[in-house]
Amino acid sequence: MTRSTGPARPHRALRAPEATRTNALPAGAWWLWALGLATAASRTTNPLLLGLLVGVAGYVVAARRTDAPWARSYGAFVKLGLFVVGVRLVFSVVLGSPVPGTHLLLTLPELPLPGWAQGIRIGGRVTAEQVVFAVYDGAKLATLLICVGAANSLADPARLLKSLPGALYEAGVAVVVAMTFAPHLVADVLRLRTARRLRGRPTGGIGAVLRIGLPVIEGALERSVAVAASMDARGYGRTAPVPPAVRHTTAVLTLGGLLGVCVGTYGLLAARGALYGLPLLLAGLAAALAGLRLGGRRSVRTRYRPDRWGARAWLVAGSGVAVAAAMIRAAGVDPGALHPGVVPLTAPVLPLWPAAAVLVGLLPAAVAPVPAAPSLPPSTPAPTSASEETT
Amino acid sequence: MIRFEQVSVQYEGAARRTLSGVDLTVPEGELVLVVGPSGVGKSTLLNAVSGLVPHFTGGLLTGRVTVDGRDTRTHRPRELADLVGTVGQDPLSHFVTDTVEDELAYGMESLGLAPDVMRRRVEETLDLLGLAGLRDRPISTLSGGQQQRVAIGSVLTPHPKVLVLDEPTSALDPAAAEDVLAVLQRLVHDLGTTVLMAEHRLERVVQYADQVLLLPSPGAAPVMGTPADVMALSPVRPPVVALGRLAGWEPLPLSVRDARRRAGDLRERLAGTEPPAREPSAGALAPLPAPAAARPGLLGRLFGRRPAAAEPVPADGVVARTEGLGVRRGRVEALRGVTLSVAPGEIVALMGRNGAGKSTLLTALVGMVEPATGSVLVGGLQPSRTPPRTMVRRVGLVPQEPRDLLYAETVAAECAAADADAGVPAGRCRALAGELLPGVPDGIHPRDLSEGQRLALALAVVLTAQPPLLLLDEPTRGLDYAAKARLVGVLRRLAAEGRAVVLATHDVELAAELAHRVVILADGEVVADGPTRQVVVSSPAFAPQTAKILAPQGWLTVGQVRDALEVPA
Repeated sequence: MTRSTGPARPHRALRAPEATRTNALPAGAWWLWALGLATAASRTTNPLLLGLLVGVAGYVVAARRTDAPWARSYGAFVKLGLFVVGVRLVFSVVLGSPVPGTHLLLTLPELPLPGWAQGIRIGGRVTAEQVVFAVYDGAKLATLLICVGAANSLADPARLLKSLPGALYEAGVAVVVAMTFAPHLVADVLRLRTARRLRGRPTGGIGAVLRIGLPVIEGALERSVAVAASMDARGYGRTAPVPPAVRHTTAVLTLGGLLGVCVGTYGLLAARGALYGLPLLLAGLAAALAGLRLGGRRSVRTRYRPDRWGARAWLVAGSGVAVAAAMIRAAGVDPGALHPGVVPLTAPVLPLWPAAAVLVGLLPAAVAPVPAAPSLPPSTPAPTSASEETT
Repeated sequence: MIRFEQVSVQYEGAARRTLSGVDLTVPEGELVLVVGPSGVGKSTLLNAVSGLVPHFTGGLLTGRVTVDGRDTRTHRPRELADLVGTVGQDPLSHFVTDTVEDELAYGMESLGLAPDVMRRRVEETLDLLGLAGLRDRPISTLSGGQQQRVAIGSVLTPHPKVLVLDEPTSALDPAAAEDVLAVLQRLVHDLGTTVLMAEHRLERVVQYADQVLLLPSPGAAPVMGTPADVMALSPVRPPVVALGRLAGWEPLPLSVRDARRRAGDLRERLAGTEPPAREPSAGALAPLPAPAAARPGLLGRLFGRRPAAAEPVPADGVVARTEGLGVRRGRVEALRGVTLSVAPGEIVALMGRNGAGKSTLLTALVGMVEPATGSVLVGGLQPSRTPPRTMVRRVGLVPQEPRDLLYAETVAAECAAADADAGVPAGRCRALAGELLPGVPDGIHPRDLSEGQRLALALAVVLTAQPPLLLLDEPTRGLDYAAKARLVGVLRRLAAEGRAVVLATHDVELAAELAHRVVILADGEVVADGPTRQVVVSSPAFAPQTAKILAPQGWLTVGQVRDALEVPA
């Protein structure tokens, strides 16, 4: 729709630009958008609305995802969602359901259970009501998963970690290094499997896996030592001198803040503490955040080309928030339309204005920068073959 | 800029010192090349400059190493990071981030440079190293030469005064190596960076060096001097120097250009003689080992698979043949219409740039990839359809990383496993290993062997099944000249026994020394296939130094010239 030519031409200046590093959307914007959709999904069991949400997420992913490895995760999440629906359905059919129903679909042979297992039923009557209820419920969960999958395939996980506050930077690096390790491990396993073949041994079977395991772990260890050496030699972990007063303040703020959070949470959950719970929790959070911020002073790091929140990022994040807000409002005004009746069975109706609100979630497909066409054939030799040729 | 004062290093558990009594000064803005046989402590010397020895590796360092006045005893590697940039042997284990641009910025981020400075330097470095087109690419999709350039760029951005490089060109094809070296020269000339570099492939780098630091043997005192002086007494030397010594040129030439200018008289002396033709010793095919009929596995027996009968050797005396072979990896056509045949006793060198399909062709010959089009026949069998146990008696491949082939804890256990794999009487592999690497104790762990010894062990393991076709992928990587000479001897003997050898290599000198035939691949297609001399002499990238010096005469190696000069005398 953004590539339309013809009468839409006068609006060319408004069309989404091609994505470069400068105008790339911050990972946080995509996550806010996706979490907004997920929140909306959690407020309804109307299959039509859920379907609409999945459609919106899928369309945006199709329009704006890149060729990066993480971008392929969307399909996996869709499959996971379908699996969840299936599992929910099977459990409902086999274990029965508290939903009363009159439309008998079939009767499974019921497993007689001893007296102490009262309340548990295996097999027995399967009614249309309980099946529909299970499908609605499963669909809600599946939609949540698919929204998360959409964020996963649109946002670069490494860039998300980069937006961590300075004091948590080290934890972020550890995760990034671990993530780049996974493909190396896969490449190692492939290489060793082929090496087994070269020695005339079968490459399948449990024995082969065990045999390969040890060298793979050895290789991973050696590589982590090499990466650690490289990071050390490139200045990882350099610290700035910090006056003792600041250091102590940091420690007090962080510890005190965490303590406040603990006590505050306890107060909130305990029966009578609601009065002091919330203020204490908030004060604790504030102190902990201040501690983190102050702790960041110890690190001398700077950030190279951090993500910028421009108008497009706000629009993307805002569209997700708008969908969530509209759906929460709709759940308050007209709960019946968002939760179509199961007993008695009724056909779900598409509530008009919540549906229109969900369509706001399509905004990113128009405003987010378009990923550049791949400059090289899509399947550049995967890490495995690259390392075969070059290492 | 760099000062070593009476430096000795001894690693924990090592019987003797790795370095002892090193006393030297590297002035600012010089390119110093560290040479010496394997295992003399070149890497240790380099890592002592960046402080990784002893802070990271452990061991005991006595004496003092100072870099620009900073003592490495009191400064940890991270505190030298703004001063020394280090790139190790394997660029892949150097990378911390996943894209080129982030990698270039990583070091500066750690040092806390201002964002606008970082941005400017990244752009400058992208241009300096010719990486601008790759800035957003994931590092794992780059070729070896590109990765090496990214690794160098990533340590350049903090503007270090000293650059330390361990074998920067060993894994690269000739063209990529020249790219990297051109960059280094630019750094030295334009930015005044001090470069300390270790490299086995002297023929590529010695001409760029201002000084050469020779570590003659483990623990011996190092010699430092101008390249010409040091090369005169070095046990390791590139062909151009060897030829200069043979012809008695004074001072020794270091580059092909210098040598060509002086080579007029040598060319005249050689004018009357023809370079010897190199022919495979045909017909000397060793009898195929009676295949101890591969027993089918349990599943095979269940499904009534019959033991593979001993296949006849193909009548036309060809060990392996590919016909219009095409291989695809994903959507990339790694090989296209490759037609090739290998005769017994023949040594074929596969050459071409990184990613041209050399490794893929070798893996297709052992049956690890299925041909998409065309056919592969090795010893009359289709490798990808034949069980591995049968295939090992037809063809053996020594992979790029020989260590992949070795699993066992000790050399002896490795050999016993190889005998079992190949179904031959116990002891054959150990005997072979004894021939190929004499003096290696049984109990040693394969990881503790040197590169050359490990290659020899892998070779012994592969040869245990006595395959008539032997494939080697980049065998000379990390080998010094002595280990290379041993390898050449072994491969010649194998060929003389009637085995066919196919090696994929970037090492033009090795191909010139050894190959009967050279096949050049580009983008998965065969672009040249013929006798070594014809293919190699005319090519600027693939000609060995001797051929370049003595062109248009077709001499390939110093050995040939020496023989020719001695005959009339």
